[in-house]
Amino acid sequence: MNVKKQFTDGLLTQNPVLVQLLGMCSTLAITTSVMNGLGMGVSVIIILTLSNIFISLLRKIIPNEVRIACYIIVIAGFVTCVQLLLKAFLPELDKSLGVFIPLIVVNCIILGRAESFASKNAVGASALDGIFQGLGYTAVLLVMCFFRELLGAGTLLGVRILPESYTNMGLMTLPVGGFLCLGALIAAMQWAMNRAAEKRAAAEKEAK
Amino acid sequence: MTEYKELKLIASSSPHIRSDEDTRSIMLDVIIALLPALLMSVYRFGNWNFRALTVTAFSAGCCVLWEWLYRKLMKKSNMIGDLSAVVTGMLLALVCPVTVPYWMIAVGSFFSIVVVKQLYGGIGCNFLNPALAGRAVLVAAYAGPMTRWLAPEASYPVLGSADLVTAATPLAILKEGGADAFAALTQTYTAGDLFLGRIGGSLGETSALMLLLGGAYLLVRKVISWHIPAAYIGTVALVSLLAAPAGVDPWQYVTYQLFAGGLLLGAIFMATDYATSPVTKPGQLVFGAGCGLLTCFIRHFGSYPEGVCYSILIMNCTTWLLDKYIRPVIYGAPKKEKKEAAAK
Repeated sequence: MNVKKQFTDGLLTQNPVLVQLLGMCSTLAITTSVMNGLGMGVSVIIILTLSNIFISLLRKIIPNEVRIACYIIVIAGFVTCVQLLLKAFLPELDKSLGVFIPLIVVNCIILGRAESFASKNAVGASALDGIFQGLGYTAVLLVMCFFRELLGAGTLLGVRILPESYTNMGLMTLPVGGFLCLGALIAAMQWAMNRAAEKRAAAEKEAK
Repeated sequence: MTEYKELKLIASSSPHIRSDEDTRSIMLDVIIALLPALLMSVYRFGNWNFRALTVTAFSAGCCVLWEWLYRKLMKKSNMIGDLSAVVTGMLLALVCPVTVPYWMIAVGSFFSIVVVKQLYGGIGCNFLNPALAGRAVLVAAYAGPMTRWLAPEASYPVLGSADLVTAATPLAILKEGGADAFAALTQTYTAGDLFLGRIGGSLGETSALMLLLGGAYLLVRKVISWHIPAAYIGTVALVSLLAAPAGVDPWQYVTYQLFAGGLLLGAIFMATDYATSPVTKPGQLVFGAGCGLLTCFIRHFGSYPEGVCYSILIMNCTTWLLDKYIRPVIYGAPKKEKKEAAAK
């Protein structure tokens, strides 16, 4: 079990949003304010970790033919828990996230991790995988939320940051702003990864 | 006897035909062609203390600065000498209202140059027209200031004392639909007003005459060919002729549809952008016709009064497809396929 590799995989090299391009729908839809991003990110971390643990525990019992259905049932159970908790303690957040909390059931990140990681690895590794992949997702959400809320509404977490004279760039809170933001982030990620790969290649050459 | 030793055989790769024409000279021609429309807007919005001129100059300056800055930071060759950024800047200013704030131009030019043009690899690699994409972003981001059309004769608000006189653009009047709207339009503006530019609208689009002058210059200099503008304008004319509301002189209706809005500016200067339009002549005809159809659809059915900007941007996205499927016949190639097809 390589914790360090799992950590960098989750946050950078195998980032669920920027590299695996999973969970695009919720990423584009809810990143209009930092509060939304935080709520969504934390919900996904909790659900992803718990479902990874349980699917890893059940991996030897679940028949291969109906595994997807089994995963969905496990995931849906945790999503329901989180949704009920949100409704009880953070009704405002629940309202602004709307349908995207129940939609976590079919979020590709969670199903993807269950299929590609939790169903093949031990409980501990799966739990860590859930946490790190969830953190990677949350980090991207927060970066997008930061730019979209700041430029689109001039606020962060609802607090006015930019001066009143700033004209809100309404574009950024519209869906098109989400696409632009995500595109720019993916491009930046690819650029950084290419640069890192080039550097590594150069270093290897020198070592030889 | 030929002295073979004296004969020099120079082997070089094609192309062998040389021309003094380069990107810089073409862009210079476009700038010259834009000058009549620019001068007219300076004159028409004259009460604005040459604001038309300063906005255009600022926009061109911004575009050049962004281009220089981006290529400097990315350690790429300096390309501002080809003047394409100047043209983009001028076009961006000419599709904005005269009241547009300078910082808004700076934002728009950033998007035009850095996002649309440079991120895709610089001149010739962009798939959207940079100026139009910049305008589309500005309209989406700041709908209010970008659609505040002033009456051209409105007086300059000295120290903010006078109110700005806003005027509905001809197409905004037409948007009401039907023969009544058209009657209202003909009472507000004569066809001559539209032709000379005595109407509300963005800086460059108002005067049909000046745009046609610029277009004629570009045609004479062979910077553009007639295919895209003719197909574009012809399609709009044809559709308008067929779609004229009942009780309206269809030819008069066509005249207004052609001279109102950004059609001429778009057809002559935007749709003919080399990088974002098809290479082949038949492809260009299809491209122009597509632009015309989309413009008419947006004008008739859309929620915006004008559709030139979006129709050209949409057709820009089809350029690769048109280039892929409409290919020239290879010169001298046997017509084997045809004969075989006929035999079957």
